[in-house]
Amino acid sequence: MTDALDITLTVNGLPVNRRVPVRLNLVDFLRHELGLTGSHVGCEHGACGACSIVVDGAVVRGCLMFAVQADGAVVETIEGASESGRLKPIQDAFHDRAALQCGFCTPGMLLTAAALLARDPSPDRETIREAISGNLCRCTGYQAIVDAIETVATSEGGDD
Amino acid sequence: MKAPPFQYRRMETLDELLGALAVHGEDASILAGGQSLVPLMNLRMARPELLLDINPLTELSGIRVEDDRLVIGALTRHVDVLNSPDVRRHASLIADAMPHVAHDAIRNRGTFGGSVALADPAAELPACCLALDAEIELRSQAGLRMVPAVDFFLSAYETARADTEALVAVHIPVQKGTVPFFDELSRRRGDYALAGLAARVSITAGRLSDIRLVYFGIEDRPLRAKAAEAALETGDATAAEAALEMDIDPIDDPQTSSAARRQFARVLLRRAVDTWLPRDANDD
Repeated sequence: MTDALDITLTVNGLPVNRRVPVRLNLVDFLRHELGLTGSHVGCEHGACGACSIVVDGAVVRGCLMFAVQADGAVVETIEGASESGRLKPIQDAFHDRAALQCGFCTPGMLLTAAALLARDPSPDRETIREAISGNLCRCTGYQAIVDAIETVATSEGGDD
Repeated sequence: MKAPPFQYRRMETLDELLGALAVHGEDASILAGGQSLVPLMNLRMARPELLLDINPLTELSGIRVEDDRLVIGALTRHVDVLNSPDVRRHASLIADAMPHVAHDAIRNRGTFGGSVALADPAAELPACCLALDAEIELRSQAGLRMVPAVDFFLSAYETARADTEALVAVHIPVQKGTVPFFDELSRRRGDYALAGLAARVSITAGRLSDIRLVYFGIEDRPLRAKAAEAALETGDATAAEAALEMDIDPIDDPQTSSAARRQFARVLLRRAVDTWLPRDANDD
């Protein structure tokens, strides 16, 4: 038993080796150790969704995992997801529909929306609301966010 | 806030976990999905000295059908329970309950066993366990113990699990021909239930039998409404609503009064009866 452990993981496609204090949570590790500040820290108890990141393919709360638990994991943050281009249609739609104001919730919203569209390419508004119910936005009132996600769903469906 | 300091051990085998619990049980917490434990630590409401991380124990994960039982491994993630055809087929009450359990990101990480072991009085899954006559499989170095759900949930966050024991699986009798009902009332989707009902019945020619009505979020543990069940068995839904008075003594908190919860319980019962016996068949 120690207070720090060595971890090896993949972050946005790159290998990372670090020694981390066991009580350091994953989102703080990404922000403070790796400088990936796109994932935000809001409530720190799993309620707000601002810290959403993708671990082994699933969107999770970065504040509710310890960095030591990501040993061996494949982690993708909003930076990696943006650079890969996989979020481009959703990001464009958020821009076009003014689905962000202060932007604090936006990285989590985008990753959550992408996960929804990956499993359900044409969700209705109720399904969209359900999917983003774990991500709090204090600016927009959500209408524009639902509009943006619906736009992507419609346009991608139309391309088929 | 951040979690207070703790020692951390990654468990590689079940034997290692049981050995660690035998020595450190009182001061240790088992870390499964961490979707309740870690918030409690970050809020400094829980201060375990030692975390035993069971996430590498893949042997505790998975859903299988054994004879007439559905066995859900403790480490099975909520998302996998939600998407399981076996759960839908053999314990559809749980399949109906899963969309109410938190949000996508929490369900990706949170575990079935963790929710049952935590025994939050407002949680869905302990109530489902009670409504389906589930048995909880506990293991320690002393061996294996099966505890019926009715004897497992003792009070808010208190269960029959000893500090030296690990909850390894939940065994649920395969449901043959029972019809489930699940609903809960909360302020927002995914929020804690102010009141909820997990129930199942058999329906034969418009009559209900083998009834289980289990309320949650009403008292300090999931609770069977036996007087209402008995009234419903005679076919009298109005009497069943009245009988709830005998069954439940709802908690009172600053946001939701005891009287409001009493009303919620009646509303949920009415919705259940309307689902099982649609109005036109139900009317005289």
